[in-house]
Amino acid sequence: MDEPVAPRGLQVTDAEAAHVRRRYRSERRFRLLGAGAIVMALTMLALLVTSIVSTGWSAFYQHSLKLEVYFDPAVIDPDGKRDPDTLRSANYTSLARAALKAEFPEVEGRRDIRALNGLLSNGVDIQLLKMVQADPEIIGQRLPVELIASDDVDSFLKGFIDRDEQESNRRVKDNEIAWLDALEAKDAVVAKFDALFWTSGDSREPELAGFWGAMVGSFLTLLVTLGLSFPIGILAAVYLEEFAPRNKFTDIIEVNINNLAAVPSIVFGLLGLAVFLNFFGLPRSAPLVGGMVLALMTLPTIIIASRAALKAVPPSIREAALGIGASKLQVVTHHVLPLAMPGVLTGTIIGMAQALGETAPLLMIGMVAFIVDVPGGITDPATVMPVQIYLWADSPERAFVARTSAGIMALLGFLVLMNALAVLLRKRFERRW
Amino acid sequence: MFKKTLLATAIVAVAGVAAASAASARDQIRIVGSSTVFPFSTAVAENFGKTTSFKTPVVESTGSGGGIKLFCTGVGVDFPDITNSSRRIKKSEVETCAKNGVKEIVEVRVGFDGIALGQSKAGADLAVTKKQIFMALAKQVPVDGKLVANPYTMWNQISAELPATKIEVLGPPPTSGTRDAFVELVMHEGADEFPEIKALKGDKAAYAAARETMREDGAFIEAGENDNLIVQKLEANPTAVGIFGFSFLDQNADKIKGATIGGISPTFEAIADGSYGVSRSLFFYVKKAHVGVVPGIKEYVSEFVSEKAAGNEGYLADKGLIPLPDAERAEMRKSAVSMSPLSM
Repeated sequence: MDEPVAPRGLQVTDAEAAHVRRRYRSERRFRLLGAGAIVMALTMLALLVTSIVSTGWSAFYQHSLKLEVYFDPAVIDPDGKRDPDTLRSANYTSLARAALKAEFPEVEGRRDIRALNGLLSNGVDIQLLKMVQADPEIIGQRLPVELIASDDVDSFLKGFIDRDEQESNRRVKDNEIAWLDALEAKDAVVAKFDALFWTSGDSREPELAGFWGAMVGSFLTLLVTLGLSFPIGILAAVYLEEFAPRNKFTDIIEVNINNLAAVPSIVFGLLGLAVFLNFFGLPRSAPLVGGMVLALMTLPTIIIASRAALKAVPPSIREAALGIGASKLQVVTHHVLPLAMPGVLTGTIIGMAQALGETAPLLMIGMVAFIVDVPGGITDPATVMPVQIYLWADSPERAFVARTSAGIMALLGFLVLMNALAVLLRKRFERRW
Repeated sequence: MFKKTLLATAIVAVAGVAAASAASARDQIRIVGSSTVFPFSTAVAENFGKTTSFKTPVVESTGSGGGIKLFCTGVGVDFPDITNSSRRIKKSEVETCAKNGVKEIVEVRVGFDGIALGQSKAGADLAVTKKQIFMALAKQVPVDGKLVANPYTMWNQISAELPATKIEVLGPPPTSGTRDAFVELVMHEGADEFPEIKALKGDKAAYAAARETMREDGAFIEAGENDNLIVQKLEANPTAVGIFGFSFLDQNADKIKGATIGGISPTFEAIADGSYGVSRSLFFYVKKAHVGVVPGIKEYVSEFVSEKAAGNEGYLADKGLIPLPDAERAEMRKSAVSMSPLSM
């Protein structure tokens, strides 16, 4: 009877111990599953990035053939007046072809000469024209010029076309390979960073196609989107959160805003077509209309995020301001909104990032189009980055595969930048209460 | 600070709308239409922009039907000047056009596009006839005089000469012009070789269903509009067969090979001389009322039909367009340049 009694808390029966072990086991299992989910997500991401980078990196450099071009005055400017129109319309392709022919004087016959000319890109004329326009003094001189190679030659030099393949199945034939080998032996084949990709608009020739036009188009479109959705979104959120009475009507509005956030984006495109184009007669393919459509699409996101941010500002702030005599408007503009701004901006940037990747609504308003000229304003025809990627992915020329991936990399880069900005804003300005 | 941002954004928005209403006249050609003609039309547009002082035309890929619909909505700068089409415009469409004031339309036939049946180089050669393709792909085929659900799962069940591989064909979805053309050129003609189906001619719906319905049991796979994707899938699966445009076969000749249809391989020459049976004409239509209003339309048309573009060795041939025979091409060029309107 006098046996010492251990304190109850330390006594563990077998059943209890088993129970505890089970609990630990199930926790370990849960952790493993969680870690597994992360590992899987990371593997998928790594796979995606590797596949894009491995196909796309080759689009960042481009092969050229270094040839001595004679800027023949008889071809460029026969009357010697240096008239810009004459300079513009001269046959520069023939100069490049003459330079190539000079390397291989033995090539005869229509077919062979055609094949030889095929080594050079269709864009060499513009290349030479730009040189002459930049400095008309070079007319009459002989200069070594790095002439852009055609897409097939470029693919071959990058090693994407197997020279052991049967000739009939190769896009680069035996004689072309022989010429390229000869040029390579003379160190006349150069590979350089492809600046054209970052400075020019679209083209049907993969070696000339650039992403800059789409980047400008995206920028202009997003500018319009931001200009519309940011003020409207904030006003709507502030009114609903701070001023509107709570009743059935505002409840309906709230439910509708939440529903709109889940509406498929193509619906906004149809709306844009019916209202902005057909009713208001705004121009097709313009960043203005694209931006308006995307603004409709991002509005719900911005309103929801802004309302959440406004709600997170403690009521004590409002009460204190009201208590010292501030008006309702002063409370909002001087205190609540500035404090909620980091959250509002985060929501806006996420909404913008979403708009940046959208193609479906733009299809309806004519922004899925082949546009060579880089847009100069919000009413010029333009396309956007994801549309450009889609158009390239659909092109038969094989070299567009690399361009497509390079475009995806650029787009992902912008998305990462925008999201990083959102994170930074939150980290830097967010207040915890 | 916040007020300033708000003000600035409002100004941007208002200025934008004002600028839009100012830009009512148009100095740039607008082209809509077929995704099959798109690669050729864009190549011409780019060269046209490069070699003339006109702006480069804007080309949209809307599909043939969608393009004609937009084209026929009206006359004026808000409506496209040219529409590309991978089929001839229908009589009903011409009537809709006329109703909306688009009275004079110029038709230009630019060349042919072949549709190829292809497979990976690693697979066995395939030599089929249209009838055999129909037997492989139709939902219902005649067996012993009766239409029954397609019983064939292997090519060699259709004919002993065909390889002993599973029937697995990747093709475009019904929204695609390539699919329309394939059904019309292969399935229809294949079906008509069966007297059982011909006998249905009286019952229009049943006749059309028997000739056009593709099987849905997994042997025919709708692989999406992107022909590049079909090509990649063929590479990964050597026994699968794909249906796609000739230019994709041309570009990927090191990875895929074309099946012969009725003994003829899909080559540039065979499509050009008409011996390869699965090819269609490509067109574009010009709104005559816009010629002279929107600058450059006439010049664009002449560029498209010029020998340096649409000729035997023109740049469009490099892009995979099969040119018209010489005599027809000369005639087409004459009628296109003189802008003689279409009469139906």
